[in-house]
Amino acid sequence: MALVVLAFDLLLAAALIWLAWQATRAADLFHAVVSFIVFGLLMALAWVRLEAPDVALAEAAIGAGATGALLLSALDRLARRPRRHAPLYEPGTAWGFWLPAGSALLAMLTLAAWNLPAPGLGNEILASLSASGVEHAVTAVLLNFRALDTLLEIGVLLLAAVVIWALGQAPPPLVPSMPSPALPALGRLLFPIFVLVAAYLLWRGSHGPGGAFPAGAVFGAGGILMLLAGARPWIRSSEHGPWRLILSLGMAVLLAAGVAGTLSGQDFFQYPKGTAASFILVLEVAAGLSIALLIFALYLRGKPREHGSWGAAE
Amino acid sequence: MSALEWIGSLLVFAGIPFIFLGTLGLLRFPDVYTRLHALAKSDNVGLGLVCIGLGVQSGSVALLLKLVLIWVLMLIASATAAGLIARTALARGLRPWGT
Repeated sequence: MALVVLAFDLLLAAALIWLAWQATRAADLFHAVVSFIVFGLLMALAWVRLEAPDVALAEAAIGAGATGALLLSALDRLARRPRRHAPLYEPGTAWGFWLPAGSALLAMLTLAAWNLPAPGLGNEILASLSASGVEHAVTAVLLNFRALDTLLEIGVLLLAAVVIWALGQAPPPLVPSMPSPALPALGRLLFPIFVLVAAYLLWRGSHGPGGAFPAGAVFGAGGILMLLAGARPWIRSSEHGPWRLILSLGMAVLLAAGVAGTLSGQDFFQYPKGTAASFILVLEVAAGLSIALLIFALYLRGKPREHGSWGAAE
Repeated sequence: MSALEWIGSLLVFAGIPFIFLGTLGLLRFPDVYTRLHALAKSDNVGLGLVCIGLGVQSGSVALLLKLVLIWVLMLIASATAAGLIARTALARGLRPWGT
């Protein structure tokens, strides 16, 4: 049995390296994008094998799902330009760069892994878990012990959305050349399930794998599906007010929670005694909503248009 | 092994040939329509058998229902995706094999 498991792990590792190679080196960009999506799915499987279901959830939802959709939509935008079938790098110079650079990176990673403190911080986290307000170690790290990291992560997402909106107007949404009645039906049927799964993941974050990032990614993916299925209801620039508020809600609430500690004479992100659970609940909900809309905003590929200016596409 | 485990293993092993043949069809069939036909039908039967088998093996009704829900979602999603791929191929002017 152990031999079968080992064979599976080796096969998984080999497939990951092969797909990473395909994703970066394939001459055909569509091939590269599909390789990247499959890479994300197998990577999620690898995280499960490493007993890190939280990372697996985030990888499957964000790495394979949301990023895959983003890359495919970017590919659609590129399709109007002449196709490039030549390799992205000159093979000769590429080897001269990648071989030393890759070896140096590998050596540095090995050195870093070697110098890590032997048992890690796992025991310290488990020892102070009861004071964190939640029962799940990963959520405790993300929203209590290292909430600063989460603040910065949401900041990066917000910055990306701002930059994409600053680049110009959103192009008209994709319209299939032979529209299928099945897609809108699928959108209508599945969207409630997307909402349900997102709420479930958010709730689960307090005591098991889940939390704001997977929940937000699932919710955002539901929005992307609705957009693909032809829904155009509330994304108008004349209705930007609430839309922009929710986009920055996660960042604002996290910052407020951090500063609240400083203002009351404690450390940054130090929650008042006994209130950690409620703080984390509010942060989870705000961050989850923001992440969902941020992923959706990234997928719009630009600033939403004024009411009705999508014109013939509707 | 208990009776439940035997039934579960039997279902899982019954599902494997469907997935194998679906993949074989994907690799060997001549055009996109026949490949979709092989994949969307055969793989979903295989997945259903594997899901029900694993659920029965787990001995927990909640887990069985979750796995069946995953299967039903896969059925809906793969039927829609196969239809979309076939329509796009047709719109691009790919003629079905043999016509």
